[in-house]
Amino acid sequence: MALFENSHYDFIKWRWHALAFSAAIIIAGFAYGIQRGIPLGIDFSGGTILVVQFEQPISDDQVRQALQTIGGEQVIQAYGDPAANQKLIRLPQVAEEEGAALDQNARAVVDGLTKANLGKFEVISQELVGPVIGADLQRKGIYATLASIIGITIYIGLRFRFAFAIGAIAATLHDVFVTVAFLFFFGYDLSLNIVAAILTITGYSVNDTIVIFDRVRENLRSKRRDSLEKVVNESVNQTLSRTIITAGTTFLAVLSLYLFGGEVLEGFAFTMLVGIISGTYSTIFIAASIAILLGNKQAKGRPMSARKVS
Amino acid sequence: MAKNLRWKVLLIAGVVALAVFAFYPPDQKVRLGLDLKGGVHLVLRVQTDDALKLETQTTADRLADQLKTANVPVGGVTATSATQFSVAGVQPDQDQGFRNALTEVDVNYDRSQNGDTYTFTLKPNIVVQLREDTVTQAIQTIERRVNELGVAEPVVARHSAADQILVQLPGVTDVNRAKEIIRSTAQLELKQVEQGPFSDENAAKAAFANNLPPDMQILPGTIEAAPGQPASTGYYVVRRIAAVTGRDLRTARPTLDENNRPAVSFSLNQEGARKFGTFTQNNIGKQLGIVLDNRVQSAPIIQSRIDDEGRITGNFTNQESQDLSLKLRSGALPANLTYLEERSIGPSLGADSIRAGVTSAAGGLLLVTLFLLFYYRLAGFNALISIAVNLIILLGLMAYAGATMTLPGIAGFILTIGMGVDSNVLIFERIKEELKTAKGVKQAVAAGFDRVLLTILDTHVASLIAAAFLFNFGTGPIRGFALTLTIGLLANVFTAYFVSRTMFELTLSRRQVAKLSI
Repeated sequence: MALFENSHYDFIKWRWHALAFSAAIIIAGFAYGIQRGIPLGIDFSGGTILVVQFEQPISDDQVRQALQTIGGEQVIQAYGDPAANQKLIRLPQVAEEEGAALDQNARAVVDGLTKANLGKFEVISQELVGPVIGADLQRKGIYATLASIIGITIYIGLRFRFAFAIGAIAATLHDVFVTVAFLFFFGYDLSLNIVAAILTITGYSVNDTIVIFDRVRENLRSKRRDSLEKVVNESVNQTLSRTIITAGTTFLAVLSLYLFGGEVLEGFAFTMLVGIISGTYSTIFIAASIAILLGNKQAKGRPMSARKVS
Repeated sequence: MAKNLRWKVLLIAGVVALAVFAFYPPDQKVRLGLDLKGGVHLVLRVQTDDALKLETQTTADRLADQLKTANVPVGGVTATSATQFSVAGVQPDQDQGFRNALTEVDVNYDRSQNGDTYTFTLKPNIVVQLREDTVTQAIQTIERRVNELGVAEPVVARHSAADQILVQLPGVTDVNRAKEIIRSTAQLELKQVEQGPFSDENAAKAAFANNLPPDMQILPGTIEAAPGQPASTGYYVVRRIAAVTGRDLRTARPTLDENNRPAVSFSLNQEGARKFGTFTQNNIGKQLGIVLDNRVQSAPIIQSRIDDEGRITGNFTNQESQDLSLKLRSGALPANLTYLEERSIGPSLGADSIRAGVTSAAGGLLLVTLFLLFYYRLAGFNALISIAVNLIILLGLMAYAGATMTLPGIAGFILTIGMGVDSNVLIFERIKEELKTAKGVKQAVAAGFDRVLLTILDTHVASLIAAAFLFNFGTGPIRGFALTLTIGLLANVFTAYFVSRTMFELTLSRRQVAKLSI
């Protein structure tokens, strides 16, 4: 069985449409995110999250009423399997006053729930992140993402020509931005797990791109007479079945993670799903386009390149 | 079978056997992370300023004492900040005598003079050293306490910033008790009580005509009521310098007082016993302040000379007296601690996560298997074997390295499956292309693998770069993910290229194959 055998799609023709389409998604996503306020999880913003298991079914409103006296913007929602009567309660960070303990809000929640007579309950998980750690993780998250991208750029720059490195990195950044835009659209909080998924996406996206560039390099050696556009388009077509099949299977594996991985990994799996689709799309449309743009520019100064001088 | 091929098969079998040996039985050899097992993750900050303050105050007190003995009158010695103290009113004709008293102070402090006032500032390198030592001491103390608590495989280590400590306690469910035990300073001091108790601080000051001598201080304390009645708070005037401190403790253990209430008895080491003996002999009839973390626990009247035994009474529960003995045994913390981060996961939630993780991994593997067999037929079987070998090596290496399995780590397994598929697909598609140029099956397979090797190496190095930064960035579960991914990637180079190729060669060596099932 074979998909996309002998395909000859003219992907390069569509590069401007593709760039415009991506730009539209990214701009819309970021405009939406910034307008609503970038949703940071407690890993980065600091704050308190409790998961409480009740013995009997309790509505969100009952919990909300019980916690009325605690100030700040609260999030109360069902957690995990609905039959388990679990609620997730998120509270903002305790104001950083002298002597304010990290677990002040958590204690207030337990007190409030006890007083409200909601039956027996148990705190099954508790996450308290202070401002110092939040700021620290924010800094580290940004640093790690940037460092990872720079590291990969340098590697590709060493292994391929410079224009390719820029193309690969543009595609990777594209995937990071598109993924973040979708996280904004679907209302996911940026958490440690999600940053981990984004970092994985950077590796994955570059992976795909390298496969195509490897093929371009190989074809440039054997088909010196063709234009760069033609060679790149041919390479994209030659590797198309591999690109689609790999993306498809990885997508299936991560889909299983999204469906069965439970509450903790849901955001992680969602990020990966979006990243895989975006990564495949950018590999076909973005990476090569940018490599051609820059490659041709370079070629003008250097007649020794693969570009046909007509 | 060619000799060459036999060696390859043996090598693969050997690697698999080693890996299985490393992780079997998995419930004993694969360590589970906090998110799967349940437990507490804490990040604490050591208030290293406390240690500086103590050092400066002690030095200032000692200098004041020395000046008194040397008969050099000064206006006053006061600590002005954590790292600074000043001596005011040094008379010009006493300057030489004053300077003679400074030999010891000058080692650690920079001196500046302004008129008759000298200011002493702790040297910057000493500040760094002191902070460093304080954190190290705190780590050692917490380690002792955690070990006494009987936690299996705890982590107590320096965290990212210089003054932060990471504590991980797998399997601990009583979070508040663990936090209390770790955080309490547990600084025991035996001090002479001058007067007290008073009902409030002002009354205590008034007893000294609102002019408390510099070598005394006012501490809050507990006033024992009759058994069954709630205790109240009172204030004691005590000597600033302790007769004996917790450093001189030999051991402490829970006991009962004369009313059969829980208490803690302690015994002192030789040095402590000598000091305590002299102190009690000289102060018979006076009150002894048993001070814990700057609070007077009790103030019994000294009846006779006591050498090496003492008892701390108070309104303790059984648990509290046990915890206090534990803390005293493991020594005092050199500074206060504050919590910066706390994550605790109940064991039931951990079990849920294990179930979810295993289900999703199994689901992912199943979907991938169906697809590969459907699309690639027999070659798909090759791919599956190589992926299975990859997962076995991954488990084996993780168990061997003592790495912890976390929920994101399970996600790492799933991505490793993805990577394994990726490499195999890359190879298969290339073989298909090579088959079209009609060179014969064997040559097509060989060319497919050879041409793709460089691509596989390139893609894996790029992914490894991302995984390395992820490891550097992450804490706990994320590190588990990065580690799994890294090992998975390394194993994949071996399995996708070597194992898969050997499988092909094995098939092709048996018979003349005219058409490949791919």
